[in-house]
Amino acid sequence: MIEPVILWTDALIFLLVLLIAGFALYARRKEHLRAPWQEIARSRVGMGALVVLSVYVAIGLLDSLHYRPQVAQEGQAETAEVLSLFDKLVTPLRVRQEKTYSAPLATHQYAKENIELADGSMVRDYPRLKHAGAHLENPQEEWLQDILWLIAKGLVEGLIFWLLCSALLIYWSARRSDGSFRQKFAAIRRSDTTLPWKSLLFTSGVLTLVGFVAAELSLHYHLLGTDKVGEDVLYQALKSIRTGLVIGTLTTMVMLPAAILLGIMAGYFRGWVDDVIQYTYTTLNSIPGVLLIAAAILMMQIYMSNHEEEFTSLTQRADLRLLFLCMILGVTSWTGLCRLLRGETFKLRELEYVQASLAFGVGHFKIIGRHILPNVLHIVLITLVLDFSGLVLAEAVLSYVNIGVDPTMNSWGNMINGARLEMAREPIVWWSLAAALVFMFTLVLAANLFSDVVRDAFDPRLRTTR
Amino acid sequence: MTDPLLKIENLQTQLGDEQDPVRVVDGLDLAIHRGETFALLGESGCGKSMTALSMMRLLPPSGRVVEGDIEFGGTDLLWLSEQEMRQVRGGRMGMIFQEPMTSLNPVLKIGDQIAEAVRLHDRLRGSRVTKRVLELLDSVGIPDPVRRAREYPHQLSGGMKQRVMIAMALAGRPELLIADEPTTALDVTIQAQVLNLLKDLQRDSGMAVLLITHDLGIVAETADRLAVMYAGQIVETSDVSTFFQGPKHPYSRKLFESLPDSNKRDEKLAVIKGFVPSLKQQFTGCRFLQRCEESGDRCSREVPEWRQLNRRQGVRCLLYAEKPLVSKAKQDPQTTLHRTRKTSADPLLSVIDLKVHFPIHKGVLRRVVGHVRAVDGVDLQIPKGHTLALVGESGCGKTTVGKAILQLLKPTAGSARFEGDELTRLRGAALRKRRADMQIIFQDPMSSMNPRMLVGDIIAEGMQAQKMGTKPQQAWRVNQLLQQVGLSEEAAGRYPHEFSGGQRQRICVARALAVQPKLIICDEPTSALDVSVQAQILNLLKELQHELDLSYLFITHNISVVSYLADEVAVMYLGRIVEQGRVESVLNSPAHPYTQALLSAVPVPDPDHQRDVIRLEGDMPSPANPPTGCHFHPRCPQASEQCRQAYPPQAELSRGQRVSCWLHTVGQ
Amino acid sequence: MMAYIVRRILYAIPILIGVNLITFTLFFIVNSPDDMARMHLGVKRVTPEAIEQWKVEHGYNKPTLYNASAQGFSRFTDTIFFEKSVKLFQFDFGSSDSGRDIGYDISQRMWPSLAIALPVLLVGLAVNITFALLIAFFRATYIDFWGVVICVVMMSISALFYIIGGQYLVGKLLHLVPISGYDTSLGAVKFLILPVIIGVIGGIGAGTRWYRTLFLEEINRDYVRTARAKGLSEQWVLFGHVFKNALIPILTGVVAVLPLLFMGSLITESFFGIPGLGSYTIDAINNQDFAIVRSMVFLGSVLYIIGLIMTDISYTIVDPRVRLS
Repeated sequence: MIEPVILWTDALIFLLVLLIAGFALYARRKEHLRAPWQEIARSRVGMGALVVLSVYVAIGLLDSLHYRPQVAQEGQAETAEVLSLFDKLVTPLRVRQEKTYSAPLATHQYAKENIELADGSMVRDYPRLKHAGAHLENPQEEWLQDILWLIAKGLVEGLIFWLLCSALLIYWSARRSDGSFRQKFAAIRRSDTTLPWKSLLFTSGVLTLVGFVAAELSLHYHLLGTDKVGEDVLYQALKSIRTGLVIGTLTTMVMLPAAILLGIMAGYFRGWVDDVIQYTYTTLNSIPGVLLIAAAILMMQIYMSNHEEEFTSLTQRADLRLLFLCMILGVTSWTGLCRLLRGETFKLRELEYVQASLAFGVGHFKIIGRHILPNVLHIVLITLVLDFSGLVLAEAVLSYVNIGVDPTMNSWGNMINGARLEMAREPIVWWSLAAALVFMFTLVLAANLFSDVVRDAFDPRLRTTR
Repeated sequence: MTDPLLKIENLQTQLGDEQDPVRVVDGLDLAIHRGETFALLGESGCGKSMTALSMMRLLPPSGRVVEGDIEFGGTDLLWLSEQEMRQVRGGRMGMIFQEPMTSLNPVLKIGDQIAEAVRLHDRLRGSRVTKRVLELLDSVGIPDPVRRAREYPHQLSGGMKQRVMIAMALAGRPELLIADEPTTALDVTIQAQVLNLLKDLQRDSGMAVLLITHDLGIVAETADRLAVMYAGQIVETSDVSTFFQGPKHPYSRKLFESLPDSNKRDEKLAVIKGFVPSLKQQFTGCRFLQRCEESGDRCSREVPEWRQLNRRQGVRCLLYAEKPLVSKAKQDPQTTLHRTRKTSADPLLSVIDLKVHFPIHKGVLRRVVGHVRAVDGVDLQIPKGHTLALVGESGCGKTTVGKAILQLLKPTAGSARFEGDELTRLRGAALRKRRADMQIIFQDPMSSMNPRMLVGDIIAEGMQAQKMGTKPQQAWRVNQLLQQVGLSEEAAGRYPHEFSGGQRQRICVARALAVQPKLIICDEPTSALDVSVQAQILNLLKELQHELDLSYLFITHNISVVSYLADEVAVMYLGRIVEQGRVESVLNSPAHPYTQALLSAVPVPDPDHQRDVIRLEGDMPSPANPPTGCHFHPRCPQASEQCRQAYPPQAELSRGQRVSCWLHTVGQ
Repeated sequence: MMAYIVRRILYAIPILIGVNLITFTLFFIVNSPDDMARMHLGVKRVTPEAIEQWKVEHGYNKPTLYNASAQGFSRFTDTIFFEKSVKLFQFDFGSSDSGRDIGYDISQRMWPSLAIALPVLLVGLAVNITFALLIAFFRATYIDFWGVVICVVMMSISALFYIIGGQYLVGKLLHLVPISGYDTSLGAVKFLILPVIIGVIGGIGAGTRWYRTLFLEEINRDYVRTARAKGLSEQWVLFGHVFKNALIPILTGVVAVLPLLFMGSLITESFFGIPGLGSYTIDAINNQDFAIVRSMVFLGSVLYIIGLIMTDISYTIVDPRVRLS
């Protein structure tokens, strides 16, 4: 028996998924929203980036389904840590802990230790790792061969898997359009399709191969090494995905209602409403963002330490801190969107169709709902996508300054923060740092490329390439 | 005749994708002689501007000339290197554009912008550049050139900016000046100034002018020869006098017939059905086929060749081929409109001393230091079933009057009574209920409909707001309205951007009619449309008035529309009405010097018509700071000392014509 | 003009009061003076008398926002909020938890901050504008395409990577300049080179892309066509016309952040061990020194508002169309 646990951020993530689904249904019926998405679907860069993003999102969603495993012994069940579906899937990565640092794919520990030999004497040497490469008799000779073999195995498996999936996909799409498999295949080769099949298949191919190779290697080694307490770095980097995604999406979601409501109200009603709203956001804006976050986080820490009894588990506590961080980031970032919407509403309000509505005696809130909101929706969408990558990057910096997520939580910022202290070591411990930076870079780059495509599709005026 | 200065042969310009190009100019031949004014006439989208930009080799990045020769004074421009072309551009060939507001660099001083051209093409240096700049400014009639040279574009009025543009083009002493709709963005009195200036400059310098325009009146007044362009080709060339005696191409003829004027008051205007065909296709027949009433079978099979009828006139139409087409044109059945005898009962709307002032804030505490007197005491009466035209130049406050009557703007003072109800005092539900009786149609059919809504929902919006009928009833009414304005029912399920400008304006009319109004305020409803489309809308408005006994407040600057449509006219200047009365009396015997000047400035599409343009000096003053006494006195050619002292009272002339001018109060 | 500036300065007062109210709420509602006293006194000596003693010493012995026992106007003035705010408005920041004069520390530490931030801004501006102009000149070619791609890639790299990578490469591998530290007067230069270079490189991606958009927006305007119709060369059109117009948003944007340069950069300063206001703030956050954080918030808000006013003024200087009234 397992007992599902829904954390606060989990609930919000699922709410967000529901909202996106609802929006998709709404957009399907509206031509002005459907057309730009179709344009995005035709873009090679956009679709390639989307594949990468969806892999991240899939991991993030799997990592958001939490449960509490039932432990055999009675009485211990209460203290058992909360796990996620993703943890379950990568159990080997999670449980195979070493003692301390080890380099990527290493068979021996990073630091020398006193080892007690079979004869009882003590030698100071690099000890073998408990799990990585444990199947090797003689690591020095077999290591390279084993690695190459595993890579090859992963590549072949990945290739087969990818070919199968692609064939199935092409077959399915050919069936849908009443064509033959051969025709569809030829069309894809000629790049003669509406969807950029080639770049879709290519990106997913690369990802599949990387995934399979990584999986093969991880079964026997620590692909990206281990950290100070011997935890697998790959596992940490993967776990950090959820944190990054939550910060990037929930922050915007939290601030969206306020930004939209206040922005439109200020632009539409003007006068004292505008004055009050402008005063509010100028005041908030004038507080240096980092300091506001720092102050808020400090306060929350103190609150939490004063009211420890309210937080039952570490996970729950870290989760609440994450949510709080999203909210305070939202407070510092809603002003930009609010100001944009205010300006746009200001212009729209003077347009003749709004005047015509007024001349019919249509009420103000109806006008806002019918004429203003649909015409600023693209701005909201563009801001949402553009803000995402900035927020992911900001998380790392904030965690580094100790005002980000909880130190016990997996995040790229915490990984960098922990690794930085070891920079002075010789030979240098680089893998935690590199892993965090690469994972973050991939996500942010994909998000940036995707947001460029989204912006071009929704706002032709800002088209970056003519 | 000597060799032409400019000779274009088979010019083909394309825009966009190379696989599926838009053929904006498709086989154009043209010759312009030294010293003449050659007009290129056509409606929007026919390729006039693209022709000019091809000549200057200034096409937008997606455009290219794919074939043809442009021979200019012995050199083929298309074969010049970019560097050599730069010598021609702004040197031997100058160009001015339609939008003087945006065509000047906002952060550079006027003088510097002209000096750039002077340095480049005159090879002058130092103080001689400044001298030449001042000369140029002087030659385009800019007063106080020393001061103006140091000013920035935003400090100048539209007319002044266009003069600066001309000065800039003159810097290279061009042999050919291309003027692309140079006066379209300007008011009619300013237009007269600029056209006059162009004429004078041409006489003095002997340069040739290529005048691109859509206005037959301007052609008649300024051009020597003209070419009519349609869908990327020239369909007729002629010298102006011959053309105006008898245009040959069916398209040219239709253009004439669709012009509104007072003689056509009792008939429907001729319209050109359909719209310009897509230029993405390759034509196998005549391009005008679908819209032509004289077409025969051959027109769809044969691409009409160019035919030179005589030395002066040529045409591209099968009516004039070796075996001429037997025209199947039929005389239109009687298109007279039955005009009901309008009996002026009690006025439907009566506006008394309406004022709209916008406060100007200044200082630390934002104290009100003055007012922009956009509307400053306007009296109007509109009887049921009548049309009152409110005429004036931009910035005179005519649109503000409309909005204030509808209570879209809060009037500062005065009253507006509608069927005895004081509109300015209505609030909440009572006002909402009244709104059904008064509707508005705007100038720009693009921005007057929400692009995110279906046409059906747009039309039904008013009925919903007024809670008229049930949903099915509303849907039925939408269909009925669409038919009434000449659109099919399926239009209800489409979005506004799928319609052309004229069709959109019809939808706007349908939307206004949906709530069964008694008065419609038409705010320049046709000024964004081409002449032939304008005729359709005017016909529609007239029919509807006849059917539904509507009253119109028709706000416009277009005098010929006024003379065609209106019963009464009020002329506005700087927030006040200077003259009003019945259309015939005001237009035929204007009493106020401003009305006289305004009417005299309108170009007449008849080259034999001699008119003396009463030239007005300068621009309209700012309504924030109107002149003392009569607002018009600084520009009035007949101003006296009295005019400077006090605003003239309204004087009643014969036939109900009322005028506010000291010239007409003296005797009384 | 003068009236406008005076009005803006007056408008700053309610904003600063708002800022103070927000920080005050954050600090005192969650963390009451009693909690603060307990935290500072440690666990051992906590007696109600000691807490009261500490509160009197540090001026926290009054009601926070509203003094019910006072009369008339002093119900609002005889409070912690009022007294602390008034002191801030007089730029009297008081002393930190460690007993140092905050005002003095700020005045000492803002110069090293400026010594990094100003060169980063100016060099970065020059570099970004140059690249953006180049890309704009070769618009719609492969240079444009790859230029934008490189910008996006550079934007996607975390600032932390630039710093760590730069320190490792230049300082540790090549041993060109010291990794961290600071010196007085001219000796500081060798400590500043690395952070400045890294700061500039880190800003290239976003900056160049943004400026390129500004340039391209201007290139499509009508006056550019007029300039070409005069026969001007493409280079002249770009530098003489487009550049001057695009410079308006660029310059005014720079002016807006100029005052904030004093605040320094949090991560750069702490990584390179530069004794500026950025590292000051970080230390304060880590030591939970609220007096310093509150002072920095106030200072930041004042500088932000100064930036806003300066932006408005700079518009009237560089853009002939704008007149303040």
